[in-house]
Order: sequence, then structure tokens, then C-alpha cells
Amino acid sequence: MNTATTSRYAAEYQTIVPALPGQNLPWLQALRAEALAQFSAQGFPSPREEEWRYTNVSGIEKKLFAPLADLTAGDVDVEWLKAHKLQDAWVLVLVNGHFSAELSVLEGLPEAVSVTSMADALATQSDKVEKYLGAAADQAEHSFIAFNSAWFTDGLFVHVPTKLVLDRPIQLLHIVTGSDAMATTRNIIIVDDMAELKIVETFVGVEAYLTAAVTEVFVGQSAELTLYKMQSESDKAYHFGGCYIKQACDARFTHHNFAFGGLLARSDIHVDLDHASECELNGLYLGVKRQHIDNHTRIKHLKPYAISRELYKGVLDDRARGVFQGRVIVAEDAQKTDSQMNNRNLLLSDDAEADTKPQLEIYADDVKCAHGVTVGQLDEKSIFYLQSRCVDEETARNMLTFAFANEMVDKIKIRGLHDMILEQVLTRFPQQGVNKEWL
Amino acid sequence: MLSIKNLHVSIGDKPILKGINLEIKPGEIHAIMGPNGSGKSTLSHVLSGKGGYTVTGGSATYQGKDLLEMAPEIRAREGVFLAFQYPVEIPGVSNIYLLKAALNSIRKHNGQSEVDAMDFLTLVKEKVRLLEMDEKFLYRAVNEGFSGGEKKRNEILQMAILEPKLCIMDETDSGLDIDALKIVSEGVNSLRSPERSFVMVTHYQRLLDYIKPDKVHVLAHGQIVKSGGADLALELEEKGYGWVEEAVA
Repeated sequence: MNTATTSRYAAEYQTIVPALPGQNLPWLQALRAEALAQFSAQGFPSPREEEWRYTNVSGIEKKLFAPLADLTAGDVDVEWLKAHKLQDAWVLVLVNGHFSAELSVLEGLPEAVSVTSMADALATQSDKVEKYLGAAADQAEHSFIAFNSAWFTDGLFVHVPTKLVLDRPIQLLHIVTGSDAMATTRNIIIVDDMAELKIVETFVGVEAYLTAAVTEVFVGQSAELTLYKMQSESDKAYHFGGCYIKQACDARFTHHNFAFGGLLARSDIHVDLDHASECELNGLYLGVKRQHIDNHTRIKHLKPYAISRELYKGVLDDRARGVFQGRVIVAEDAQKTDSQMNNRNLLLSDDAEADTKPQLEIYADDVKCAHGVTVGQLDEKSIFYLQSRCVDEETARNMLTFAFANEMVDKIKIRGLHDMILEQVLTRFPQQGVNKEWL
Repeated sequence: MLSIKNLHVSIGDKPILKGINLEIKPGEIHAIMGPNGSGKSTLSHVLSGKGGYTVTGGSATYQGKDLLEMAPEIRAREGVFLAFQYPVEIPGVSNIYLLKAALNSIRKHNGQSEVDAMDFLTLVKEKVRLLEMDEKFLYRAVNEGFSGGEKKRNEILQMAILEPKLCIMDETDSGLDIDALKIVSEGVNSLRSPERSFVMVTHYQRLLDYIKPDKVHVLAHGQIVKSGGADLALELEEKGYGWVEEAVA
């Protein structure tokens, strides 16, 4: 192991080892050791790296967040939790990076479906975990993934077998209650051939803390997965959430990324597409005050006939900064690729900033690829049109801003989640702007 | 209803309207005709309060009040309605939401309470039927993806529900085929009343085949150079604008 570490986190690592799950698994120990070595050598990603050039995470190194031991459910405010818990869903709750059986709702799951904590999965079905852990997320990619591999304390493990369609969504509710705490979690979601699943990842918290979550997703042949990510971290929190997806032939995957919270938040959504598979990536980021919200997407068309659609929208106010880096890579073999990528940013203040960088790398010659980017203010013509229809200017501005964001909210197909997220979007607009009763 | 006296308007340093005088009584329909660049659209924009214009002289009095002093939304709430030449698409705001917001703004302005949700729906559906529109229109985003004819019909729907007193129709016939023109004209005609006045700004005479004006004015070089009855429009159609323009040159 490299001893010349650049990170204080690496120096502290040995003290937390005893609390990590899977101590008895040599393959996991080897994986963690390798990840630790990489992280020790590199530290957290730096803006010198191309994929991190707009986002400086050095605050995390300065803070030195510490992992917390398991908390009892009694430490969680039940009413507050209820506001984030989906009805009509199976809910797996992680508190400060540890599974809470007490707060989770897993009764009535079909027997063939496996929904457990990662710690449980490592204890009871480690062969399966071994097969998938690290198979979609490449820790060589950047050191946050390596950090996660070395530090993760728990997470969600889901396996839906062939042809099974789950009628209710599974929610992963990720809560951090501790101050200066760190919650590092690893999730694996496997949807076998022709199966269907909806997942909701919710991130919430109260204090200054660090979330570092990595989710690996495997969508089987002709299977369908919809994944909603609701990031509502506290305004003092740091958030890294990486989602790495491998799609088999004819698989369909839809991702909805709602990035509303955090002081500094970064999401990775990286998709590998096989023959004739389809993916849709939707995103909405709302930044206020000094928030920094970075969304990094990458879609690799590896085989012919795959389709990708991407739309990310940002609304940035005050001194907030939004980053969109979207890469589409079309491999030499991926003829007849059909890809569209769009990023639209609305700046509500002179001090807000949007950095957008769409990238197309095309190595095949018979493809249809389009991308578009806009950064701008509200359209004056639209404002006047609304004024001419009796609406005052401030209300018109709020109405248009809401409408811009609401397009993404309207794509949510789970009623309860739709209402929950709509509520959060509405809190961003003064009462007179948007009348909820009229929607 | 509306009294315009010696109105001068500029865009930047460039004078566009150079002394417009116009008297419109309740129930009257006035057509403002003129060649491109004569200042027709400027007149309808200034009356409805669009930004980017400077009033350098004169006045416009609407129902005894100084119209030019009011914010655009106040003019609208007071009963001035601008039907746009190019109605704006507002993605994400449904037609019915905007109608409700507009109607309630007027009611609030007049010291009335919000409209009852059921009454509102009944009213809107009745007007939709009258204009031979599909109810689905109500739940679509304002003008988004509408054809030219649908957009204009939507303007008339708004007019029918908001019941303005002064309707300014800016080039309503542009982009309409003959069928759409008929439907829109019927809509306007059904809204005619002794208390409601119309200002129809148009380049062509054909709209006036369907909506018969009381007065026709010819605008050229920022001034009204000729006024007359409905016959004037026919004369213009026949002879073009050259002869009236020359008369003032």
C-alpha cells in the first residue's frame, strides 16, 4: 500500500475498519485494499482533472467528516421521516449509512425478490454480491468511487428475477442525522431479463455532513427499470452520488435526477448501452444562495440501434452555480445510434452561473446525434404576453420559472413521489406566483 | 371609450407615430389599415403597454383614465385586450391555468372574490363549445404546438372569457386560411355588443369582408392620412396604398 497519502481520510482508515461489513470475505478485503491504495495516492478528485474541472471538493478534505456507528431508530424524528417516506412502496431506510430494520417497510415483498441491506447481502449471498460489486462502477475512473469501495458501511441490495414485474416501487431512503458525519453507502440493483422495477433514491439530512453513495445497476435483456433520484440534502451538506448502469440488449432504463439540496452536490450518471437498448436521462437542478450543483452524465453507445434521450434543466438564483457535463460516446460498432442531448439553464440572478459542456464523441459513420444547450433569462415576450392577460410581472416571472421546472416534475409517474417533489418545487416560489389549487 | 390625441411615439431616437388622433365610441369597430412600416403594430403595442417604445407626446384616454400611465396588466384588468399577431407559446402553463389566473386577476381588481371552480369550468366549457374547439385544448400548454388557426382561436377564447371592453386585434388575419378566418370572424362577431369596441389593425381588406367596420382609417408614415366608412377599405383593396400615401407626401 502507498503510504505517502495525500488525504487525512486515508490516515484515519484503520480506525474504522473494524466497523465495516464483510471482514470475512477475502475478495472484498482485496477490493477494499486496492481502492484504499488508489484513494491514498490520489485523495479526492481535483479540478485539475477534466471531469471535475468545474467542481472543487477540497472542502471535504478540510472538514474531515467521520463515520458514525449505527444509531437506533429512536434518534430519528419520525414526523420528519414520514414527510420523505413514500406511501404504497417498500422502503429501505439507511440512517447515517446503516440499515434500520425498525424504520424500513419490507413486508409483503414477493418471495422471489431479494431486497436487503448490503451488509445482509454480504453475509448471506456474498457470491452474488461478488459477481456484481465493481462490475458497473470502475473505481479507476475517479477516486470518489475508490473512496466509496474502501469506506462503504452498508447500502441496498435488490435482485428482481426474470419476468417478474413489481407493482410497487422500492424506495431507498438515505438519512444523515449526525453533525460532521459521513455516510458512505454502496447499492446494487439487478433487474433480470424481462423484469420491471421502479426505484426511488431519496437523500435527506439535517446537519453538515458528507454523503458518498455509489449505485451499480444491471438491467437485463428486455427488462425495464425506472430510477428516480431525489437529492434534498441539507444546505450544509456535501453530496456525491454516482449511478453506473449497464444495459443488456433491448433493455430500457429511465433516470430522473432531482438535485435540489446540498452545499455542494455532484451526481454521476453513466450508462453503457447494448444492442437496441434505450435510455432516457432527465434532470432538474434548482440552485439558490451559494449552492453548487454538478451533474455529470455519460452515455456509451457500444452496439448498434440503441437510443438515448437526455434533457437536463437548471434554475439558478442568487450566487448558485450549476454544472452540466454530458458526454455521449458512440463506438465504432454502434451504427444506427439515435441520440439527443439537451441542457437548458435559466439564470434568475446576475451572480448565478451555469457551466455547460456537452460532448459528442462519434466513431461510427451512420448515426443520428444531436445536442443543444441554452443559458438564458426568462423570455420578455412571454412575460408581456402574460401581463397582457392580467398577470402582474412578478407573478408572470414566477409562473414561467415554475413552468420551466415543472416540465421535469410532470414526467414523474409515481403519484406520491410527484406530489412530494412538486411540493418542494413550489416552496421555491412565492405564494402569489403559482397557485397549487389551479394546477 | 378611447380617445387618442396627437400621440407621438418613438423607438429609440426614431419617431414612428407622429401625431395620431382617434376617437372610438362604445360599440364601434374601427379598422386601422396601412402599408408595412406605417406604424400599425406600434399603435397596438403602445396601447397595450408593451415595452421598448417611448411616448414623446400626446395622450390616450381610456374610459376617462390615462391609459399610458398604467402597467400592461392593469390595462388588461381594466378591460383592454390585445389579440396578438403572433400569440406566444408558454410551455408548462396550461390554457385553463392561465384563464383562471387572468379571470381571477380581473375579479380581484374589481373587488370580487375568486371565481367558483365549478362555475368557472361550466363557463369555459360553454365558450369552448361556442368556438367549436376541442376541450382538450384547455389542458394543453398555452399555444404550444398550436397551428396558426388554433392560436388565433385561442385568443378569441380568452377574449370570450375575460369579456374586455376594448379589443385591439393586431393583424388577426395573418397566417389564417379562409376556414380559420371565418371561425375567428364569427367569434369576434358573436362578441360584438353596444358596450364593447374593437380596433382591428390589418394590412389586408379580406378580414373586413367578415367583420364589418364602422370606420376605416389609413395609417401612413406614422399619421392617419385618411378616414372613412367601410367603403374606404374596398377602395384601398382596389387601388392599393399608393394614392393615399402620395396625397400626404
